[in-house]
Amino acid sequence: MSQTVNTTDNASPEEIDADGAGVPVIPGMGEEGEKLSATVAEASDAGHATHSVPSGSQKRPVKPGSSRADRLSSFELADFPALTGREEDWRFTPLNRLAGLHLPDGDDARLTGAAPAVSVTELDGVTVETVGRDDARLGTVLTPDDRVSAAAWASFEQATVVTIGADVEATTPVRIDITGTGTAPAAQHLLVIAAPNSRADVVLQHRGSAVVSQNIEFDVQEGAGLNVTSLQSWDDGAVHVSAQQARIGKDASFKHVAVSYGGSLVRLTPTSRLAGQGGETEMFGLYFADAGQHLEQRLFVDHAVANCKSNVLYKGALQGQDAHTVWVGDVLIRKEAEGTDSYEKNQNLVLSEGTRVDSVPNLEIETGLIDGAGHASSTAQFDDEQLFYLMARGIEEKDARELIVRGFLHEIIQKIGIADVEETLIDQMDSELQVASL
Amino acid sequence: MSTLEIKDLHVSIETETGPKEILKGVSLTINTGETHAIMGPNGSGKSTLASTIAGHPRYEVTSGTITLDGEDVLEMSVDERARAGLFLAMQYPVEIPGVTMTNFLRTAKTAIDGEAPSLRHWTKDVKAAMENLKIDPSFAARNVNEGFSGGEKKRVEILQLELFKPKFAVLDETDSGLDVDALRVVSEGVNRAQDTGTMGTLLITHYTRILQYIKPQFVHVFVDGKVAESGGAELADRLEAEGYERFETAAAGA
Repeated sequence: MSQTVNTTDNASPEEIDADGAGVPVIPGMGEEGEKLSATVAEASDAGHATHSVPSGSQKRPVKPGSSRADRLSSFELADFPALTGREEDWRFTPLNRLAGLHLPDGDDARLTGAAPAVSVTELDGVTVETVGRDDARLGTVLTPDDRVSAAAWASFEQATVVTIGADVEATTPVRIDITGTGTAPAAQHLLVIAAPNSRADVVLQHRGSAVVSQNIEFDVQEGAGLNVTSLQSWDDGAVHVSAQQARIGKDASFKHVAVSYGGSLVRLTPTSRLAGQGGETEMFGLYFADAGQHLEQRLFVDHAVANCKSNVLYKGALQGQDAHTVWVGDVLIRKEAEGTDSYEKNQNLVLSEGTRVDSVPNLEIETGLIDGAGHASSTAQFDDEQLFYLMARGIEEKDARELIVRGFLHEIIQKIGIADVEETLIDQMDSELQVASL
Repeated sequence: MSTLEIKDLHVSIETETGPKEILKGVSLTINTGETHAIMGPNGSGKSTLASTIAGHPRYEVTSGTITLDGEDVLEMSVDERARAGLFLAMQYPVEIPGVTMTNFLRTAKTAIDGEAPSLRHWTKDVKAAMENLKIDPSFAARNVNEGFSGGEKKRVEILQLELFKPKFAVLDETDSGLDVDALRVVSEGVNRAQDTGTMGTLLITHYTRILQYIKPQFVHVFVDGKVAESGGAELADRLEAEGYERFETAAAGA
């Protein structure tokens, strides 16, 4: 089997909102010719599961521990048993490629490598501090919820704290450059505080070589607007595991755009906790996996209070033997979260054979009093109808395919809203595509 | 003057139970300057004819010919047909995420003309055409059809018709889903293109409503994959009064 597509639908039957029918956005497979094997066709169908809602309205039996709300979180490394690879949240990750970030040798071990260097642009109204691990502000937003994150928490010595002052409107982006120069397993901790009613764009740029477990906290306080772009443009061998957790206060908004294309293994766990009424989060992601790359993203949106909005869109492209991408999107709408409006979507575009896609939307809804909750997942090669439309306007097939793939990727890049970052990424994606056999 | 000639066209589609014939021998000749309306009940094959002319891969031509000034259209790929001067205004224009209208229009115009349009003239032409069709200038920066309403999508189809200047335009139920204002705006666009005297139009519709704005010289009634009757504009008036029942009964009895 040369291609694998797994889409598991774990939506709860309460998902009855009309726009949550999970309409596949890429209908149909576009590859012409003999490569359209039965395997691919079957996989594609699976990828287009329409997530139908079972009839009847009885509650799904809840397995103990199966709710995202029950996930263990702790600052104690020993609370997370050594990984076997059979854990629900590690089942797609090749542990043997984590380069020891999961501390397989026991709970006394630590990640002792030098953390990638952090440099932050100086801006009026933005404070940058390097603090010790005992700083009281650390760990107020993020609590580790897996062993690798707990290993980083147990290991880091210094953290970088970036504070956007109250009412500050940063007119240029806060650029946080994170540059690795070694491959000894390391730990890193960052905290970004967006004080009340502040506005800022933050760009995290990861480059160089590294084996690092990273915890990043975003404290988005009341009325603040924080736009974070995290770029994973590592050198080829890098291993990067990053927990990026945000707490979004009352009437605050948080946008998180994660773009991964470098490194050997990148595993992101972006989390948005909507903790104050009127909060909004948008979580966007783009990943482009080449041969042998493992790019994994596990999202969590926690609607803990009423009247918040969340929107998730992650798009991935894959090419080359054993390119593997994983997307898991957990959305939890708690009992208190009445008036929630939530949507999540993952789309994958397969550009060659030999790739593997895992896409798992999980939607848990504990109240019926919501404005909307929907999800969709699709994995396909080309969209025939898009191709037909462009060709019917005189555009040659090769050019039409390029336009469609670029467009597919650009949809996320367009969300970043920082011109030079967008331009650089467009060039970067074009050079990734040069290798693809369109 | 150009001529689009369809002769004894038979078209099938693949279904779960095997091939199904949709067009059962269609013959039509359209010349530059002419407007032909094809009218018929749902399922009669009108849209199949439109998609087949454009070369949609779903439709298989089993016999018959389509020629454009003697050139074999069926031998051409989809993009070659467009470059030869055929334009299909689609019933359901698709969204293309991440591709802006500006980029798309320029890319298509360049492909059709074989050379990039002069930047200054092109920008002006696009702006003027958008104004004529009452399309907000902000649409230029939006992605192709993304988030457009049904009426906006149809306006954008006609925008392309006006900018690409085809020899023959096939309008596939362009009137469906339009309110009166949008229908008038869209019809005016088609009439402007037709009034250049360099285009022929094949107007496919279920309803006679659009014929208040676009006046065909020829009307063809389509029933069960064939032209059941052809006539002048007066045939549309009869359809307005009598509906399709007369033809459907005849087809069922045949």
